[in-house]
Amino acid sequence: MIKKRSYFKTRTLAYFLILPQILITLTFFYWPAAQGLLSSFQLSDPFGLHTRFVWFDNYISLFKDPLYLKSIVTTLVFSSSVAAVSICCGLFLATMANRALRMTTVTRTLLIWPYAIAPAISGVLWLFLLHPSYGVVAIALENWFGLDWDPLLESSHAMVLIVLASSWKNISYNFVFFLAGLQAVPHSLIEAAAMDGASPFRRFWTITFPLLSPTMFFVTVMTIIFSFFESFGIIHTVTQGGPGGSTNILVYKVYQDGFIGLNLGSSSAQSVVLMSLIILITVLQFKYVERKVQYTG
Amino acid sequence: MSKSKVFWLVMAVGMLISFAAPAFAAPTEIHWWHAMRGARGETVQKIVDGFNASQSEFKVVPVYKGEYDEVVNAGVAAVRAGKQPHILQSFEVGTQTMMLSGAIYPVYELMADAGYKVDWSRYLQPVLSYYMNADGNLMSMPFNSSTPVMYYNVDLFKKAGIPMLDKEKPVTWDEMGVITGKLVQSGVEGGMVTAWQSWTQVENYSAIHNIPFASKANGYEGLDTELMINNDKVINHIARLKSWMADKRFYYGGQKYQGPKSEFIAQNAGIYIDSISAIAKLQAAIKDFTWDVAPLPVESWMKEPQNSIIGGASLWVFKGLPKKDYKGVAAFLSYLAGVEPQILWHKETGYFPITLDAYDKLKADGYYQENPFQEVGIKQLTRRIPTKISRGLRLGYFIQIRNIINEELELVWNGSKTPKEAMDSAVARSNLQLRAFEKTYK
Repeated sequence: MIKKRSYFKTRTLAYFLILPQILITLTFFYWPAAQGLLSSFQLSDPFGLHTRFVWFDNYISLFKDPLYLKSIVTTLVFSSSVAAVSICCGLFLATMANRALRMTTVTRTLLIWPYAIAPAISGVLWLFLLHPSYGVVAIALENWFGLDWDPLLESSHAMVLIVLASSWKNISYNFVFFLAGLQAVPHSLIEAAAMDGASPFRRFWTITFPLLSPTMFFVTVMTIIFSFFESFGIIHTVTQGGPGGSTNILVYKVYQDGFIGLNLGSSSAQSVVLMSLIILITVLQFKYVERKVQYTG
Repeated sequence: MSKSKVFWLVMAVGMLISFAAPAFAAPTEIHWWHAMRGARGETVQKIVDGFNASQSEFKVVPVYKGEYDEVVNAGVAAVRAGKQPHILQSFEVGTQTMMLSGAIYPVYELMADAGYKVDWSRYLQPVLSYYMNADGNLMSMPFNSSTPVMYYNVDLFKKAGIPMLDKEKPVTWDEMGVITGKLVQSGVEGGMVTAWQSWTQVENYSAIHNIPFASKANGYEGLDTELMINNDKVINHIARLKSWMADKRFYYGGQKYQGPKSEFIAQNAGIYIDSISAIAKLQAAIKDFTWDVAPLPVESWMKEPQNSIIGGASLWVFKGLPKKDYKGVAAFLSYLAGVEPQILWHKETGYFPITLDAYDKLKADGYYQENPFQEVGIKQLTRRIPTKISRGLRLGYFIQIRNIINEELELVWNGSKTPKEAMDSAVARSNLQLRAFEKTYK
């Protein structure tokens, strides 16, 4: 077989071609990240007229703050719940949609729809359903099940509310990838297993699921990153971090301290911690989870 | 028409235009970044149009830059880039940050430099005092100022057999217990709700009862101030509200205003504490019952309750712009404080008129006879000369501190902490914020 490979005589052209991408990455990622790193070592007033270099002071006071540590735990609880709920539901819906015989395009489009909704809007929608005084579902919960639903004061209720709102939006995203993954599973394998007498569940568990592992891995990474960062809009519209700080996840605290409270040093330090945390999680995932991923069928 | 005639015509028109040009010289633009949206934004535009029409030298250009925090952030970014606007509206909690920024031109200096002799004693003092420095000089121009009052549902009061409340003499908190109890007994779902709980139940409660909120005269006299809200009086007040939650004489509707306000509008609560600037919103939203306004309750031991404190925002002038611009800024601020714009502002938005001249004119015109509820806030605000304790709060990282107080109060309401534990923790956590702020300006 003849290998088709285009190659460049000089390296200049190659560099030239990737230049735009490098410029964009440098301007929109590395430069702000470097600025953030710098200001995390500084104590500065918002207008930047009194700026002092304080080394690790901002970090030290962060980790001395029990509430910051609590916020890390809250974030982990929140992210893993969102990942669990949205991956399970996304996978379930994709399996069902993959088997649907009629109206496939319509159902698939409808299932993908929520992803097009901005997080803030998703938050408001769920608030309308579950607000203790005007939410339809909340009133139903209270009247039919006698549940004293109050996300304004009950920490666990508030957490359930934001997990639902964040997952709902993310289910669609996961759904798209799972559906694509499912369609790539060769039918012959499943048919062969069926002829051998394997039950649908067994076929799913021993054939489809392992073949879906690359998708699963990708979706897990993306969901966790989503729940760390993009869920901001949901928190902002639904709980504002309350009650009593119980839904104050890291990214929301960065916003509150930096953008609203204008404490730039501390909020930069928090961003750096957040960035390191997400890098750490992603690296761990690649190191330990990816080993179990089978890329070939 | 011959060619030469056309030539002369063109020349003549050209001459006319060139003579007329100086009259069309572009007026100097004064940029004003604000946070007034919707109906308030329209009123801002009316006032600006009035100023622009009154003279031709300057043209004020108001720009809506988003919510309060977004406006301040836009200002910060602009100053850092050297492209600051002339005037920036900043909320009251940002006062300390703006004052220490080193980027502002104090209003008292600006007015003096531009040759305006302003009689500051003709302004509402509790409004001015919030924006004065320790020497009593005005740093920013008060713009939209409000204070919390108590709204009550007249129909529900009648049904429960509760007499209407006085518009000047406040009820006591003991009487509030009885009133809210009667409301609940008469079948109303809840007694009272409150918006902005830190502002109404801690900050204003402290001011009205002349209890220091923070040391160093509430922070006016030094950055080394410490919070003092873990005193018996405040703790007792919080404990009382908590005890009222048992039979729903008080219940929690959320930190800000949306939740509590919708409870009042839905008649789930008979009493609602919020800023006077809610008047316009309630007038628009409530059609199915009558309501009225009363001053905030006071303790029975407080025979001469102090003034309440303000909320809202003021206008800051940035330095570093061309000198001739500041003449226009001063002219505009002076126009803004005039009787007509202040009356318009008060009538359309419910915020205070900031001068006594405007207030007297409104009284003389009989405006308060027709709209007696509009005067409740002003009377409550001006009932005493402000003391060092009731004149205002001057704290760094005040936004974070308010958040902390809100969080700790929520922990009381949901039973995770006792009022004492919560207030002690609020003080300890806020003091860390105050020390961090102090360190920044050393």
